[in-house]
Order: sequence, then structure tokens, then C-alpha cells
Amino acid sequence: MKFLQSFKLALQSILKSKMRAFLTMLGIIIGVGAVTVIVGLGNGMQNYITASFESMGTNLVQVNIQGRGASRTVSVDDMYALVDANPELLSYVSPMVGISGTVKIGSENIKTTSVSGVSEDYAKIASSELTDGRFIQYVDVLRRQPVCVVGSYISKNFYSGNAVGETLKVSGTAFTIVGVLKEDSNSEKGGSDDIIYIPYSLAAKMSWTGTISSFVFSGSDSETVDKAVTTIKESLYKVYKSYDYFSVVSMSEMLDSLMTMVNVMVIVLGAIAAISLLVGGIGIMNIMLVSVTERTREIGIRKSLGAKQKDILGQFVIEAATTSALGGIIGILFGALLCAVGTSIISSLTQEAITVAPSFTAVLGAFSVSVAIGIIFGYLPARKAARLNPIDALRYD
Amino acid sequence: MTPLIEFKDVFKIYNMGDNVVRAVDGISIQIEKGEFVAIVGQSGSGKSTCMNIIGCLDVPTQGQYMLAGKDVGTLNDNKLAEIRNKMLGFIFQQYNLLPKLTVLENVEVSLLYGNVPKGERIDRAKKALDRVGLTDKLEHTPSQLSGGQQQRVSIARALAGSPSVILADEPTGALDSKTGRDVLALLQELNREGNTIVLITHDNSIAATAQRIIRLADGKVVYDGPSGGKGAVVHAEDEEAVSQ
Ligand SMILES: Nc1ncnc2c1ncn2[C@@H]1O[C@H](COP(=O)(O)OP(=O)(O)O)[C@@H](O)[C@H]1O
Ligand SMILES: [Mg+2]
Repeated sequence: MKFLQSFKLALQSILKSKMRAFLTMLGIIIGVGAVTVIVGLGNGMQNYITASFESMGTNLVQVNIQGRGASRTVSVDDMYALVDANPELLSYVSPMVGISGTVKIGSENIKTTSVSGVSEDYAKIASSELTDGRFIQYVDVLRRQPVCVVGSYISKNFYSGNAVGETLKVSGTAFTIVGVLKEDSNSEKGGSDDIIYIPYSLAAKMSWTGTISSFVFSGSDSETVDKAVTTIKESLYKVYKSYDYFSVVSMSEMLDSLMTMVNVMVIVLGAIAAISLLVGGIGIMNIMLVSVTERTREIGIRKSLGAKQKDILGQFVIEAATTSALGGIIGILFGALLCAVGTSIISSLTQEAITVAPSFTAVLGAFSVSVAIGIIFGYLPARKAARLNPIDALRYD
Repeated sequence: MTPLIEFKDVFKIYNMGDNVVRAVDGISIQIEKGEFVAIVGQSGSGKSTCMNIIGCLDVPTQGQYMLAGKDVGTLNDNKLAEIRNKMLGFIFQQYNLLPKLTVLENVEVSLLYGNVPKGERIDRAKKALDRVGLTDKLEHTPSQLSGGQQQRVSIARALAGSPSVILADEPTGALDSKTGRDVLALLQELNREGNTIVLITHDNSIAATAQRIIRLADGKVVYDGPSGGKGAVVHAEDEEAVSQ
């Protein structure tokens, strides 16, 4: 009852001096807006990263061998043997040989396409499906056949969907397209559909080192991926007698560490933005102190009519909280606007579809924090008002 | 019967460094329920200080103030607020209405602090405004009313809480003489209806509206008797002679 009355009075006085109220809220608006955008950006990045990892499968294990000269090496056969020896942990393995040469289709040079040498099992490891033709086969690897499988972007863009049977050149070598992969992410340039797979044996020959140093394993179960990582590490340790010459990382570990990185970034940036909330709180306190002085007579009148200390305290705290809550709402709207702008800027600059959008909990949190700031920073001025001596207050003009 | 208001040797002394101001200097008075008393005296004689003590806005530095048999000096801030809310109605020279609220809301304020439920609150506020003849101004704000109307709103506000005492400090001070007379007539009517009224004024002719006059000079009672009584006027002349 008194709460409603105080709330109504607070809204009235805010509406009566809009400019002053706006300036009072500005710190809160900027703070809440900034936190909203930062959390939104963090969420967008995490969603994007998760989505791209999920399309690859999280039970993949990536092995990179930095090596230790020629004396100790692991061969492709060693890796296959590892899979055979641990069927309960590992399902497939494929070497990964990156080619940095240019792709030439017809007379056009394409620089965005990523070209990798893989085995016939790679389709199963990466859960890639084909819309046309076939994947690379064991005989292609064995005979180093110049055949390739292309992503949907290449097929759509350069062959209007009928790529099978056509040829393209990678670093001067002509390849026959034998299969087209199913679209993974909107067939965008530079995305996961702008790819070419060739037999790893041929890729190794084309790459200037001629060695194979990366492998991808698929774990048989996402529950046992950690155990698979340990098993691979142990067997590589037997070869190198040290953990320094290779790295074995599961996709879920990689995902975890990326998520942690994004979280840290959000927390650091968010903390910086939160300083603005503090400044906003001080702004509210300042205006509330002015307001208490301006309304000394009103306080005196209310006390003469029987207002208790807690009534006056409540009135001013509610007014401060209403001001900051309103600032919080405007800040959230402002942040949502910035998020929309951010999304379109990112997509126009990088062609990546990162949606900048804060979670509902973040928005709710920002709102609660702004109300809390109003209560905390409004308390001191409100207490000053509540403790005024009624006669002095009545006499004040 | 216990008097409604009783001062037992009340002092209010301000210590301003080496300068001691005895605003109320040993006053003992009794006011019964249903009386219409004027406290009169020159400026600085201690009238407002007396009213602040009666109104529980201030406490004596010495002596006892009993309100309806209860020693006010023993009460805390919260209890004093409660007494102001339930037992006292104030009418000020400057009306002291809340400018942002409507007439009706102004009258409701003290009921709000008394936790009177909404329906009853509006009823009582309307009845009080009806009593002072402002039924057609409920939704106006104070600035839209004349001085006399504003003072009537403040009378309605004092009435709405059905207080034991209505305290009026120079209620006609800011009004022209005609409007002032109307306000005094209203106070007289309210007294006839059973309300206890304490009127504070420096003006002898206004004090004459009351049944009983308590004249103060330098914080002391110099006359306490019927308004028609001889001493009421004689003393006034003495006082003027002294001050000249
Ligand atoms: N807060 C105060 N501090 C010091 N002196 C005061 C205070 N309030 C009133 N006085 C003094 O007490 C005396 C009585 O004041 P007051 O009761 O206001 O007189 P009145 O209302 O009759 O004009 C005056 O001399 C005044 O200056
Ligand atoms: Mg006075």
C-alpha cells in the first residue's frame, strides 16, 4: 500500500524531471548496456564454437607430432595398429596432411579453400555424408590416385551442383572430383563447406616435408575419450620417451579450454564494464542526496503527519531503486540494440554467423544488479532523510 | 478526570554557547477534552515551542508533558510518530500541503501512515473534504487552489485522522482578513462538534475566537483564563507598553 504510493511518487518525480533522471541513470544505462553486450558476445562465441565442434564430433582425438629428428618416428601403420589394439577405445584413425597450395578451378584461383589429405575412414571420423559420388577409398590411398572429394560450397559455386567427374588443380596437380559432401554450414566461402579432401598418401608426397605428423582418431564412445587420450599418449611416450614431442588433445578438451578462454574474456571485460555500474550508483547517491535536501520540508510534513523513520527510509530507497531499475531496463534495451548491431557487423566483416545475444539469465542478472545498486546507493541518502528532526525539517525552506 | 494535555513545570532551554535561551520557562497548564484554547503572545514568547512540544515534534529539556495521561518524555521516535498520526492534527500557517499530490491524496497521507485500508481511507478523506466544503476540488493540486482553500485542505487533513487535538499555528497568518475569519469560524464550528482545538496566534482579536486564552511572555504564562476575562486584554496592553 505504502509501497505502491512510494512507487507512484517515484515514477512521478522521474517523469517530472526527465533530463535529470536520464543523466542520473546514464551510468547504469551504460554499465548494464555494456555488460549485456559483452555477455551477449561471449554467448555468441561459445555457441558458435560449440556448433562447429559438434559438427566435427566431440569424441575426436587430435594427435600432432613435433618429432625429434629422424631417429624416432611413428608411422601411419603404428597408428592403425593402435586402433586395432584398442577396439574398445578407438574406432578409426586418419592421417591429416594440410596442403597450403592454391586451388585452381578452370582459370580461377581460389585461396580460401582448405585442402587436406585424409584416409578412407575420415568420412566416418568426421561424420561427413555425401550427396553425390563416393568418398576417397583405400585403393586411392594405396595408389596415390589424383582424386578428390569437395565441399558443397565448391560444388554449388563452380559446378552448379554437378561436380562429380570434373577436374580441378591443387598446386599444379590435376584431381578428378569423385564425390561431393553434404552441406555443413550454409555453403559459405571460407567456411566448413569450402574444403577439398585428397588421399593422404598423395598429399604427403605433395607437401614439401613429405612426412605425416597429424592424425585424427575417433573414440568409440564420448565417455571413454579421456581414456583413449591416455592410451595414445602412453604408446607415443614409449617411442619418444618424453611427452614433449607430441600433443594428444581430444576435441572436448579443446572445446573446454576454448570455453574457458571465452569465459575469462567475458569476466574480465564484464568487470571493466561493471565499474560503470559503480559510477552509476554513485551518481544515484549524489542525486538522491540533493533530492533529500530539496525535499526537507516534504519530509518534515510527512513526519508531522505520522510518518515513521522506516516510512521515509522506504520512500527514498524505493525512489532510488525505481530510478536505477528504469536505468537497468533502458540499459538492457540499449545493450540488445548493440547486440543486433554487433551481429550484423561481425557477419559483414568475417562472413561468420555469430549471433550476439545475451542469455535470459544475464538480462535478469543485469536488472537485479541495477535494482540492488539503487537500494545500496540510495540507502545512505534515505537514512539521512529518515533521521531528519521533524521541526528542523518543517522550518526548512 | 485526567486532562487531555498537561504540562508539569515544562522547560525548553537552548544552550547557544554562553547565550542561554529559555524558550519555555517553567510552564504548567492543563487543557481538557473539548476545549478551544488560544495560546497568545508576542513573537518570540515561546508559542511555537509550546506547540511543538504539545504536537510531539519536540521534547522538553525539563518537566513532564502528559498527553491523555501518558508521559510523552518516555516514548521513542516510533511511538511519537504513532501519536502524531493517531492523536494530533496540525494546521500550519504555510498550509504545508504536498505540492505533487492531489487534494484528496494530501488528505489521505496521514491515514496512509496509519495503515487505514484503501476503501476506508478514501471514504474518510472525502468526508473530511466535504466537511470543509471542497468536495468539488478532489483532483486539483494545491497550486490550483486559493490560500483559503489550501488552508481548508489542511484542516480537512487534520480532521481526517479524527485526532484528539487539533493544533493550529497562526492558521490565518497567510490569509486576508475575510478568508481568515472564515477559517476561524470553521474552527469554532469544529469545536462545537466536539473537537479539542489549540490555536496559536500573536493577534489578540484572533485569540478572542477561543473560549480560553493562555498568554505567554518570555516563555512564562502571564494569563490563563476565559477570553472575555479582564486580564486577557489588560496584559496585552501591558506587554505592548513593555515592548515599546
Ligand atoms: N532551535 C532553536 N535554537 C535556539 N533558540 C530557539 C530555537 N527555537 C526557538 N528558539 C528561541 O526560543 C524563543 C521562542 O521561540 P518561538 O517558540 O518560536 O516563539 P514564537 O512562536 O512565540 O514566536 C525565541 O527567542 C527563539 O529565538
Ligand atoms: Mg511562532
